[in-house]
Amino acid sequence: MYRVAVLGDKESIYGFAALGLDVFFTAEGDDAEAIFKKLTQSDYAVIYVTEHLAQSLEEEIAKFAYKASPAIIQIPGVWGNTGKGMLNVKKSVEKAVGSDIIFND
Amino acid sequence: MATKQVNPTRMELTRLKKKLATATKGHKLLKDKRDELMRQFLDMVKLNKQLREKVEKAIGGANKNFVLASASMSNETLSAAMLAPKQEVYLEVESRNIMSVDVPKYKINYRTPDKSDMFCYGLAFTSCDLDDAVTSLSQVLPDMLKLAEVEKSCQLMADEIEKTRRRVNALEHVMIPETKASIKYISMKLDENERATQTRLMKVKDMMLKEAHGY
Repeated sequence: MYRVAVLGDKESIYGFAALGLDVFFTAEGDDAEAIFKKLTQSDYAVIYVTEHLAQSLEEEIAKFAYKASPAIIQIPGVWGNTGKGMLNVKKSVEKAVGSDIIFND
Repeated sequence: MATKQVNPTRMELTRLKKKLATATKGHKLLKDKRDELMRQFLDMVKLNKQLREKVEKAIGGANKNFVLASASMSNETLSAAMLAPKQEVYLEVESRNIMSVDVPKYKINYRTPDKSDMFCYGLAFTSCDLDDAVTSLSQVLPDMLKLAEVEKSCQLMADEIEKTRRRVNALEHVMIPETKASIKYISMKLDENERATQTRLMKVKDMMLKEAHGY
């Protein structure tokens, strides 16, 4: 049985605890990377990471982009939507098609 | 243009012809695979975009509620309220095969059957904004998991499409033309050899006749 993890700053994600997801509070820094690595090795099928935190974990996240598991999904935090998550969708379109044909409006 | 060194023999010719047939067949199959993957990918990525817009908006709304909640309560009360969650979410991961790409499929299981079991705190010391916030967040959860499924599928399919496209291009622009060129080179060489032998025989015949009859 797999579980779902949420990683980010406390203000953005503490609500997910009530829904039964496992939350891990962390700010930027080495700490975040260590926790993220640990999560990817445990049995989490989906890991939600706040866009804000994802910026500092970019390299680590990129490693899992084309692996079957876990799915690492960026979500907007309490500090607002940076558009990073959408950028990732855009990237996979560019990779597959060669140019962006979905977001060109 | 035979870029690769090949032996101009009949055996090599047969081998190359077989190789060309396989390459052409493979090229056609891979091209079909690429086209179908692309079609499915485009549907999937459109869904991904819609879901992401929806989820981001919903999470934004929920976050607003959480900010309101934290404004009207002390930090300690808030932490205490979230300390012991009652609900737990488990995922069953199945995999679905789209054109030989294994994409995940998540099925949500809750620990308790009652979905409204997410209020893990007494209502006396917390503000009603927190209830609203938790409710709004719980409504996003199914969409969030669907988003995870779709987004992962998109990434995996994008990777596969890129690989397939490379293979198609390699076959189309390198392998097939090279093999064709080699086949042409060998058959020309063989024809040339045949003509050479013919001429030599005729020449020898002439010489022998001359010797025998004195023409």
